[in-house]
Amino acid sequence: MSNLIEIRWHGRGGQGAKTASLLLADAAFNTGKYIQGFPEYGPERMGAPITAYNRISDDPITIHSNIYEPDYVVVVDDTLLSSVPVTAGLKENGAIVINTTKSPEYLKEKLNGYKGRIYTIDAKKISEEALGKYFPNTPMLAAIVKVTGIMEENLFVEDMKASFKHKFAKKPEVIEGNMKALELALKEVKQIQ
Amino acid sequence: MSIRERLSGNEATAIAMKQINPDVVAAFPITPSTEIPQYFSTFVSNGEVDTEFVAVESEHSAMSATIGAEAAGARAMTATSANGLSLMWEMIYIASSLRLPIVMALVNRAVSGPLNIHNDHSDAMGVRDTGWIMLFSENNQEAYDNMLMAHKIAENKKVLLPLMVCQDGFITSHSIENIQLESDEEVKKFVGSYKPEHYLLNDKEPIAVGPLDLQAYLFEHKAQQAEAMRNAKQVIKEVAEEFEKWTGRKYEFFEKYMLDDAEIAIVCMNSTAGTAKAVINDLRAKGVKAGLLKIRMFRPFPVEEVAEALSNLKAVAILDKADSLNGAGGALFEDVTSSMYVNKKQVPMVNYVYGIGGRDTTEAQIESVYSDLQKIVETGDIGNPYRYLGLRKERN
Repeated sequence: MSNLIEIRWHGRGGQGAKTASLLLADAAFNTGKYIQGFPEYGPERMGAPITAYNRISDDPITIHSNIYEPDYVVVVDDTLLSSVPVTAGLKENGAIVINTTKSPEYLKEKLNGYKGRIYTIDAKKISEEALGKYFPNTPMLAAIVKVTGIMEENLFVEDMKASFKHKFAKKPEVIEGNMKALELALKEVKQIQ
Repeated sequence: MSIRERLSGNEATAIAMKQINPDVVAAFPITPSTEIPQYFSTFVSNGEVDTEFVAVESEHSAMSATIGAEAAGARAMTATSANGLSLMWEMIYIASSLRLPIVMALVNRAVSGPLNIHNDHSDAMGVRDTGWIMLFSENNQEAYDNMLMAHKIAENKKVLLPLMVCQDGFITSHSIENIQLESDEEVKKFVGSYKPEHYLLNDKEPIAVGPLDLQAYLFEHKAQQAEAMRNAKQVIKEVAEEFEKWTGRKYEFFEKYMLDDAEIAIVCMNSTAGTAKAVINDLRAKGVKAGLLKIRMFRPFPVEEVAEALSNLKAVAILDKADSLNGAGGALFEDVTSSMYVNKKQVPMVNYVYGIGGRDTTEAQIESVYSDLQKIVETGDIGNPYRYLGLRKERN
């Protein structure tokens, strides 16, 4: 399965990393892919580190284990950089996407000399601007779609619009904000040198 | 025409139950099967099913209410895991002894203690001799398909036994994956309606259910239960053939993956089989003749067929996701090795207890088993046949 893409999400309970991994699975499913989206359940509580995973492939996926050598890692909360080995097993021809405003020097030090691509995004600023609240998962979802290139951006945007309409059928007022967060994130995710 | 969807194993099970639209569902929530009654109660509230949903106060009551409903003449279902099943224990035997074709979703989880909410098969292995038909499912698709076939098997007059559909807690119950669903109308047509021959609420034929049964006849009734379990084999085969004609998805007593020309093989159940398939693909690319036998029908156990399918191998590893703590080996190991012995087949076999309490079963672990099997083939030395896989300190 050479086209298999494996993604690991690191977040804190309550930030929506699990939801974001499920939304990514949904979006990839809608483009005709085979997908897996699953969290690693532990003693969850608000604020505790959590891990979630995605597998995305053109072929059926039969593996049912956690992901140890991901192609991509998403870090939803940069305070995890000090306590969780987020780059463990991460492939060097892959990439890591971090929600942060920290300097490239700080990040490089925390990432233990990871040689692959490093992307950052200020999901807090985007979320607060677009939604008026801090929900980092929508910007992070857009960022990982952009970085992995698993689907075309305009297809992704269209698909998410439909998903949000369904998901927020009872709260239509948040659809526009989420779409704005998505579009801002697609523009603002940047690779650091 | 199948419907392409993406669902978790629990969602797939709940949707199968919605399409089956049973008369009664009685359940008490327990991780990781909680979502099944949760989703199902939503279907009830939305009027998508006309099921009587009984929100009982314990699993003992869930099984008791299911037994009462089924004995009355209704089609009744439930779902549980681990300690929920333990609390049903008394009624589990009564369900099968009263020959009530109840269908249950068992989302496998470690039985306490100490407390653990994650996957292994200790709950299922605890009820392996209770007279329930037990089907195991590798993924959400198989959990759904086994559920669609369940009533036609259990309610068959030659069978009349309760049936449980197992899947791995969290690993498949909470993983969103692709699945092919069938339409509500076609499921309804395939499953059919339940018309029991004898039931309590039949005023034309007053009967008693579950009276005293002492030395005179209990033995005969147990022999009939055993006969029904043997009959189930043929019925499970026929229902699978009918299911394949309808959906194109083929189910047998077990799945053989790259087994026919294999020299070494793993026998296991549920989600680990999928991981083993990925490892086999890699090993085959390197010229290693590795194969897999994935048990779907664990009760009744396909004794002759398993012995035949494994007879030409040079070494086999049986993976048990529950330790029988008997100093001898896991339940699946005992079933497979005794199948071989009574059919006069001699193949070196070793047992690995693995994945206990949700310990992740990795491709590297599976690969190490095949590598151990290669050593057995080369040296002819089995060594200790009762092993661990993925234990922090390997104790072979």
